[in-house]
Amino acid sequence: MNARGSTGTENALELRGVSKRFGALAALSDIELTVRPGERRAVLGSNGAGKTTLFNCITGDFPPSEGSIRFFGEDITAFPAQERIRRGLRRTYQISLLFSGLTVIDNVYLACLGVSRGRFSFLRARRDDALVASAEELTRMVNLWDARDTMVSDLSYGQQRQLEIAMALSGAPRFILFDEPAAGLSPTERRELITILNGLPDHMGYIIIEHDMDVALRVSEYVSMMHNGRIFKEGKPAEIEDDPEVQALYLGGDAA
Amino acid sequence: MPEITRAAAPQDSRLWVERIPPAYWIIGVILLIIPSFASDFVMFQIFGWTFILGMIATSLMFLGGYGGMVSLAQMTFAGVAGYMVAIFGDSAITNISMGWPWYITIPLALLIAVIFATCIGWLAVRTEGIYTIMITLAIAAAFFYFTRQNYDIFNGFQGFNSVLPPRLFGVNWRGPEAFYYLTLFWAAATYFAVLYISRAPFGLALQGVRDNPRRMAALGFNVTAHRVAAYAFSAIPAGLGGILLTWQSAQISPGTVGIQPAIDILIIAVVGGMRHPAGAFIGAFLYVILKTFAVDVLIALGLSGDRFQLLIGLGFLLVVFFSEDGLLGLWHKLRASRARDPLTGERRS
Repeated sequence: MNARGSTGTENALELRGVSKRFGALAALSDIELTVRPGERRAVLGSNGAGKTTLFNCITGDFPPSEGSIRFFGEDITAFPAQERIRRGLRRTYQISLLFSGLTVIDNVYLACLGVSRGRFSFLRARRDDALVASAEELTRMVNLWDARDTMVSDLSYGQQRQLEIAMALSGAPRFILFDEPAAGLSPTERRELITILNGLPDHMGYIIIEHDMDVALRVSEYVSMMHNGRIFKEGKPAEIEDDPEVQALYLGGDAA
Repeated sequence: MPEITRAAAPQDSRLWVERIPPAYWIIGVILLIIPSFASDFVMFQIFGWTFILGMIATSLMFLGGYGGMVSLAQMTFAGVAGYMVAIFGDSAITNISMGWPWYITIPLALLIAVIFATCIGWLAVRTEGIYTIMITLAIAAAFFYFTRQNYDIFNGFQGFNSVLPPRLFGVNWRGPEAFYYLTLFWAAATYFAVLYISRAPFGLALQGVRDNPRRMAALGFNVTAHRVAAYAFSAIPAGLGGILLTWQSAQISPGTVGIQPAIDILIIAVVGGMRHPAGAFIGAFLYVILKTFAVDVLIALGLSGDRFQLLIGLGFLLVVFFSEDGLLGLWHKLRASRARDPLTGERRS
């Protein structure tokens, strides 16, 4: 099995029998998930279905209790978070985990720095530094250029969500996990988000957790439905939309 | 597109000398001309000591303010460097001191202090908050008792005396004026180095680790390695301070690295303010003034001179009571309130 760069035949992400228990609570049970490189996948499900736990296991925020996770063919189950990130995995957080004491541009710069050499550099970056340039480009891409010198603690909620996305796009991501990027956004901001997601390069696959079916189905090619820590249905957006079981769950029928 | 926005970015066209704030000019000039009117005692004892304690407190401010790690082992790092200069260099204890030249002993002393701090950091970063304080306090205590009981290397209770700076360029560096400029130089170097690094990748990432370690790992940073590296770096200003302290008193003994000095460094850093290296030097100046003159003040008031610690304690209490960020915090509060209109509370331009 090759260690790093993919040959194109491996899956971007392969979860086999992944479970996560917190004491007696099974947050995830026996998850099987395969995502091809460049695929855009939505994960839907009610609150407490285990969606964010799934992300936390994939990025290594905490390890799964059982099962294995492969990222472009490489077994990353036992890797610390930073090693997974350096291999091209990125994520955004549902509750903003930003550096509130730093400015917008410094936050993006840190994100770019984390996946580059020179993390321990004692020398300041020059104005024409490549990292500074890419941080500036990302800031512009998510429409935060005018707020670049604002402290993150002074940003609006919607701006913080945009900053999350800029930070997830830093470096050369191969696969991104978006945790409810549209939560709390205004209708205009939602449209901008959809434009950004659909404008990502084709090779950049992602999984998106989203409550808003409208957003989720417009930015994904394939949907996995979760309930009580299990994936119970997968299919194309249109199939999922028409599925009676899904409708029952989302319309609050016999759910739970 | 990039060309336009890059031009729109705030470009400071002034020369670098013009960009230095006026306060720096004033303080810089005052500090440089102090020897022309100050007494030997003021230069050597007040300012020399202030600069030295300020450097050691800056090493704590770096760890605490930027890294969120409060360490009580900074005086120990300083002591390690001071002891190494005495052991490898010259002292009156000729059966232990090796008498190596300064250009070997000083870098070697700093290197050993850095290695020591790296090991301590490696232990301490696994803990958080109060437990970091406890583990570093335990290390400070262990080092104190070790030096007091070990006679083969550390010469036990007596320590080393007659540890003098080298007569470089034919200057007696323990002369009041020379020592003043020597400590001023290294204090300024420490101050500007820490300020510079706070905006360099390492320093920015360290502040990220302080604010949100989990997120830093999710950005690809090795949080543990970054914290350990911060400890290692902090040993450089602390070690330099320790060497200068040893030269100032011409001796080093277990008393230099005891629990009380370790706590004094914490008090200096907290009273001064942990957000900016200036706080460490302000705190050190206040501490030295109190420590030197509190006895006289108490006797003048008809009280016992033994109670000078009481004044220091009261001063400490007052500062932390009114500001969560020491004297610097008080200053920032004052500036912020003066920048606001007292009626509307709006910011004045």
